[in-house]
Amino acid sequence: MNRANTLLDKLWETHEVHRRADGASLLWVDRHLVHEGSHHAFAKISERGAPVAEPGLTFAVVDHYAPTRRAARLPDPDIVRMIETLRTNAATHGLKIFDLDDPDQGIVHVVGPEQGLTLPGLLINCGDSHTSTHGAFGTLAFGVGATEVAHILATQTIWQRKPKAMRITIDGALGLGVSAKDIALNWIAKLGTGGAQGHCVEYAGSTVRNLSMEGRMTLCNLTIEGGGRMGLVAPDETTFAYVKDRPFAPRGSAWDAAIAEWAALHSDENAQFDKDITLSGDDIAPTATWGTSPEQALPISANLPDDKTAATIEALDYMGLKPGAPLAGTQIDQAFIGSCTNGRIEDLREAAAVLAGRKARVPGLVSPGSARVKTQAEQEGLDTVFKDAGLDWVSSGCSMCVGMNGDLVDPGKRCASSTNRNFKGRQGRGARTHLMSPAMVAAACVTGTITDVRPFLAGRTP
Amino acid sequence: MTRGWTEHSGRALELAMENVDTDQIIPARFMSTPRSEGYAKYLFHDLRRDADGALLSTFPLNDHADATILITQRNFGTGSSREAAVYALADAGFRVIIAPSFGDIFAGNAVNNGVLPATVNEADIDALTASMAGQNADLIVSLETLTISCNSVRVPFALSDTWSLKLKNGWDDIDLTLQHTPEIQRFKEARREERPWAWPDVAR
Ligand code: SF4
Repeated sequence: MNRANTLLDKLWETHEVHRRADGASLLWVDRHLVHEGSHHAFAKISERGAPVAEPGLTFAVVDHYAPTRRAARLPDPDIVRMIETLRTNAATHGLKIFDLDDPDQGIVHVVGPEQGLTLPGLLINCGDSHTSTHGAFGTLAFGVGATEVAHILATQTIWQRKPKAMRITIDGALGLGVSAKDIALNWIAKLGTGGAQGHCVEYAGSTVRNLSMEGRMTLCNLTIEGGGRMGLVAPDETTFAYVKDRPFAPRGSAWDAAIAEWAALHSDENAQFDKDITLSGDDIAPTATWGTSPEQALPISANLPDDKTAATIEALDYMGLKPGAPLAGTQIDQAFIGSCTNGRIEDLREAAAVLAGRKARVPGLVSPGSARVKTQAEQEGLDTVFKDAGLDWVSSGCSMCVGMNGDLVDPGKRCASSTNRNFKGRQGRGARTHLMSPAMVAAACVTGTITDVRPFLAGRTP
Repeated sequence: MTRGWTEHSGRALELAMENVDTDQIIPARFMSTPRSEGYAKYLFHDLRRDADGALLSTFPLNDHADATILITQRNFGTGSSREAAVYALADAGFRVIIAPSFGDIFAGNAVNNGVLPATVNEADIDALTASMAGQNADLIVSLETLTISCNSVRVPFALSDTWSLKLKNGWDDIDLTLQHTPEIQRFKEARREERPWAWPDVAR
């Protein structure tokens, strides 16, 4: 190659089976992750009598409808049916399933990386928009709809037009209490929900290099909220250390070959990006959303907008907020910590650092991103911190991120949430969602209001 | 499998909202329904009905049930990948969505169900809606000329060649792709040979 290539170019090239005259590429899919919501796609292939092309590369996870109180609540028949349907489809096609009682069960985008199914240099698809999460490993990963899920099941390939390349470079040191969630909400607020439309976003710069894999996953996860279908971080030592010895990760000589290839997975020095953005990590403050779109986010010290645009008026009205009032001090009714955005061990540690020895003034739910995260948190005693603070410690699943399992926010109630979408009704009809980092949710629990987490971290280390 | 089309004419309905996400188009709680039961009744469910399920007279769709074209604002279909959002629109009769921009996954899902996501700039959308004002005029949408006309106004829309071909032919990708099976097999074998690490280590 004499041309300077982006990481996207390199990943695209190694997966392109065929390119059609109209510019669409047929790409090889290394891992296909399915969940209860994939029932439409299974129905489509069974209508055609088509088998799953590569059962060994297809993995099923129970997460979207997973009851988080496994024993206590007898879930409604609809939920039982959804989970049963996935079990039947997995059994019919011989797929490995991470079922409810599996010690490795969890949210699909937590389980993939945790199991070593997610590796640098792969292409991963899943019928869920936050598949972008896996891009944190230098993996081409994007969400697809049901027709495409059926196509991948039947052919292990996907037709896709190559997106444009965008780079967001973040340099500088993040302040105390500032995390990947704050970086993401900041750039989305700045560029809007269409800011990365049609682009694959590569995150670069010293701030990103210094993020843990958990932080990088949060960043890539939220790329979709800024309009980008894929996020990427070039793999490095942090990535390799995370992947090594995971259950499905390569071993022995395969590992050595992998590392050699992964080391070249970065954008070349002079690679051209269609859009190039820089942010200063030092300038980012703890952030929360105030409206019904992820772009409606503000630093904690700000006042709510009082412009007269229809979008602002409507959002403030739905959220029950006064134009121009301070964001900090907004009373909340409840809290949620979890989801594929912020349900990993580091997220729980950060929240626990704020809550240790303190009481929550509002009820809240803590749902670890996977059963493994749950076990690890319990070994570290984090569950005791949450329970002592008065929060509910439950099993893993998508839970209150989307409410499909019945974990819902009641109409008109305000929830501080570590999730990814503050859309109207996302957490339940009429629910009011404020997105923020797990540490910010923890601080909101302590005061019962949206509040600056920084004073609560003085003298504490997560 | 959807049927291909090259021209559509029908009534348009304006939904003057930006960032209409797929949770608004169809709330998550309805997504366990099998497709065969029909998704029309769930379209914009919580926007068009009050808490008791009664239709709100203020929501435009509720007195334009015959519309087949939706005109809306930027970033329509943002959010979750749920194809159910397109099922709801298609089952309610919509064939064309006109907006300045779309959520990526939504737009792909739309094309896979024979629904055109027509990208039209804001000024042209204003011109279209102005020409419709107060009249029961039909819009004519052509995949041949990539234009939308209403009375004397005619505006262009953007659509990739790939999507245009699919809509016109009502192509089912699986059939097309199966023609590439030998090529896919060769690719797989070469990849496996060259990159054994890319296969999950199941002998754990
Ligand atoms: S936690 Fe939320 S965003 Fe993540 S996979 Fe589940 S429903 Fe999707």
